[in-house]
Amino acid sequence: MRLIALVLLPVLAAAITGAVPSPRVTRWRVAVLVGTAAVHLAITATLWGAPGGSAINGWLGDDALGLIVLTLTSVLFFVTAIYTVGYLQRATPRGGRVFVSGLLGFLAATTVVALSQHLAMLWVGLEATTLTVAPLIFHRHDRRSLEAVWKYLVISSVGIALALLGMFFLASAQHGVTGNPLILGDLVAHARQLQPAWLRAAFLFLLVGFGTKMGLAPMHTWKPDTYGEAPALVGGLMAGALTSCAFLGVARITEITMAAGLGPFVQPVLLGFGLLSLATAAAFIIGQGDLKRLLAYSSVEHMGLLVLGLGLGGVGAYGTVLHLVNNGLAKGWLFLVAGNVVLATGTSAAAGNRGLIRTLPVSGVLLVAGLFAVTGSPPFGLFLSEFTILRAAVNGGHLWIAVVTLLLLAVIFVGMAMLILNMALGEPEPGVPVVRESPWLVAGPIALAGAVLLLGLYIPAPLQRALVHAAAALGGRAP
Amino acid sequence: MMAFVDRSALAALAVLLLVAPALPGIAIKTKSLLTGRRGAPVLQLYRDLAKLARKGSVYSTTTTWVFRAGPVVVLASLLAAALLLPLNGRVAPIHFAGDLVAFAGLLALARFALVLSGLDTGSSFEGMGASREVTFASFAEPALFLCFVGLVLVTGHLSLSNMLGPALATAWPRDTASLVLVGLALFVLLLAENSRVPVDDPATHLELTMVHEVIVLDHSGPDLALILYGSALKLSIFAAVLVSMAAPRGALPMWAGLALLVVGLAVVAVMVGVVESVMARLRLTRVPQLIVGAGALALFGIILLLR
Amino acid sequence: MQTSAELLLLLVVLTNFAVLGTSRLRTCIRAVAAQGLLLGLLPVALASHLTLHVGSLAVGTVLVKAVILPWFLLWAIREAAVRREVEPLVGFITSLLLGALALALAFAISARLPAGDVREPLLVPVALATVMIGLVVLTTRRKALTQVVGYLMLENGIYLFGLTQTESVPFLLELGVLLDVFAGVFIMGIVVFHINREFDSLDSARLTELKD
Repeated sequence: MRLIALVLLPVLAAAITGAVPSPRVTRWRVAVLVGTAAVHLAITATLWGAPGGSAINGWLGDDALGLIVLTLTSVLFFVTAIYTVGYLQRATPRGGRVFVSGLLGFLAATTVVALSQHLAMLWVGLEATTLTVAPLIFHRHDRRSLEAVWKYLVISSVGIALALLGMFFLASAQHGVTGNPLILGDLVAHARQLQPAWLRAAFLFLLVGFGTKMGLAPMHTWKPDTYGEAPALVGGLMAGALTSCAFLGVARITEITMAAGLGPFVQPVLLGFGLLSLATAAAFIIGQGDLKRLLAYSSVEHMGLLVLGLGLGGVGAYGTVLHLVNNGLAKGWLFLVAGNVVLATGTSAAAGNRGLIRTLPVSGVLLVAGLFAVTGSPPFGLFLSEFTILRAAVNGGHLWIAVVTLLLLAVIFVGMAMLILNMALGEPEPGVPVVRESPWLVAGPIALAGAVLLLGLYIPAPLQRALVHAAAALGGRAP
Repeated sequence: MMAFVDRSALAALAVLLLVAPALPGIAIKTKSLLTGRRGAPVLQLYRDLAKLARKGSVYSTTTTWVFRAGPVVVLASLLAAALLLPLNGRVAPIHFAGDLVAFAGLLALARFALVLSGLDTGSSFEGMGASREVTFASFAEPALFLCFVGLVLVTGHLSLSNMLGPALATAWPRDTASLVLVGLALFVLLLAENSRVPVDDPATHLELTMVHEVIVLDHSGPDLALILYGSALKLSIFAAVLVSMAAPRGALPMWAGLALLVVGLAVVAVMVGVVESVMARLRLTRVPQLIVGAGALALFGIILLLR
Repeated sequence: MQTSAELLLLLVVLTNFAVLGTSRLRTCIRAVAAQGLLLGLLPVALASHLTLHVGSLAVGTVLVKAVILPWFLLWAIREAAVRREVEPLVGFITSLLLGALALALAFAISARLPAGDVREPLLVPVALATVMIGLVVLTTRRKALTQVVGYLMLENGIYLFGLTQTESVPFLLELGVLLDVFAGVFIMGIVVFHINREFDSLDSARLTELKD
């Protein structure tokens, strides 16, 4: 029951905010946004105490991995909703009512993806995320955002279409096998009976398709343009929540193929994509001139790390799930801070920003701290998860992978530090005032930063239990 | 290997040679009627040939023996090609395994001689027409071979006599789609090789837009008669291939078979006339696209046979 | 004589080649509309008996793929006053050859995949071929609108493949997929409209401002 409520509530809210005329983003719309986000978070929190069971004939269900992604999405959305209050006091997106209803539709779609136990429904949810987020990217109606949304639409649509083909291949693989078609539980239970040829094809297509939505190289080309042109809060949702949901799709098919014993086929492919993403990110981060585009490449890097951990197996699976959480929170944090920078100075490019620690005290500090968080420095949570993944590489005998990864991470740190420290430190332009930052705008990032810091020092027991379950489902183990 | 020459095969060949000049006339008549005119009589080409045979030839001083030999070689190659076709529905006067390659080669020889004789005049019009003709041919030859490969796969034999012979009758119900596709491709090739609309407009009087007509611009008298007859023969050869594909005549008695052949040729000529009145000529750069499209159709037909 | 389903599938391949070979945008859209019509008729031809499920799927598909979406795309062309496709990135002849290659590959691949219990053996190869040819159109054409047509062909190919799985993919999901195609193309069409307004052209080679 709660599961259905989690999906229907945002849908209803989206319908209400979208249907009523009055084109500007009025107060009551924002109130609906924040209210829906709060209720969604509350219901999700109850799921940690009492599992939600299953709904719609087993199509919806909160298993460990899905619950983690759902909570991540819900938290990010709530924080973003709070942020939006402050954002809309200062900026007017041209999308008007589409803006809020698009956001709520996005929440509904990601909830569907997180809770889906029927793989085709997962696909429908992911496709819906593409469609609901497109108008949000396009908010300025100018050339650059037009180009960005066109690239995003075309590449995402092709990716998701290939994923659909993979879905049908999976259904072909399940032909003649007992169990409900395309239900995750049945697929995993009878995995050994699935036809290997179809299953392999399905894995490849689903990886490419969902990987496109994740932003894995070489399907990542839409990311810098999209994250660069969309409003920062939308970018944060996409980098934190959408990529996690897309990763969920990859994780599900990995679950199935590992259970079917196709590990030797699947793992090298995952490792290849992971390393390629890391290398691509490293190559493009050096010399990057725009904060939001930098964060996009950082997202590519972390997606690579996620897939790398998945491919390494063993302790790597645990590291991946932990990293999923850490990365989502950290990206949300950094994008919201980037949004503050844009609100204050009008641009996220390095050319227009100097000495942010002076002019934007809170956001500047958060920016620098975020730099260290997102590149995996202790005491932040990402250090722990990246370390776990590297441990898996060493344990599995892939020492060279660990070395290469460390090297690339170091390069990425240098590249990111160059841009961010340039922007944060130094003398601000003369005459730029010190901005009094609205509490609405900084509360969110501070909360997220606190969470990432906490996860680096101590993982709460319920979360630890869920992480262990999820890792086991992915064919790995806890450290 | 050469077999005992069938009397009905020779009779069919004679009929083809006799009927050939009527085909362009039928096409023109159809086109005229469809566009509301009365048009020239169907048998006009016979009269033209007779008239030209009585005239004398004029040769430019820039030409050599190549120019004089051209029309003769053209007609000779086309006659040889016609000898390879099973016009009576069963067997050709000359047949051996792989004669489809000889068939294509003889057609190519005819085109080669024509083009050389055109180039021999040293005029830029002929040169331009020659280059266009050869460009289109470089696309049409592979497409023609693809069509033949399709027929080989359908009938399982490598000789035109078997490919276009009785084996087709049993193949039609089994491989309808493939044969339809190959037939369509062959029809497009017929239009392309015989310089019909949409590849080339035989009725145009502007040399800059001509392809085939302009190559033979300088021929006169009996040479021109040979060329004109050769063009008509080439058209009827292609039409005969189409007729043999569409209407396998192997089981019929000789007279019925010949009558069916003549009727089939006339039908093809009418179809050509219809196409000429319905379509406009394509831009020169689009013609290779059309021919490659025909090749793709034939390839599709082959793929269907291979699975 | 082959079954009606085989005939429909052969016509689908012909529409694919029609889109590959033509340079006129209206012909492209009409060809993909014809493809949608054929796709709508296929479930009826494949089903052993006509049920409500099959019938409504057919009607829905024809409505969306053969009527609404092409009409919408034609509206977008009218707005943009565009007639022809500029020479694509690989040339029309090469496109046709790529299409023929894709067709051959599709047949070769589907010969290797275990057949299972598919009623119509041509279904899988034609589906794969349509997917590949849709990708060819999507990646080699310059005008944004033709890229949308390529996307539609890609979706059509996937739909064709889905027809082999009518038991496992329930009705609701087929509707969901149909709706998704509709919404996707709709949004793309709106973006195309805006592109035309901003750039005064549909040439996506102009969309090069964002780069590293």
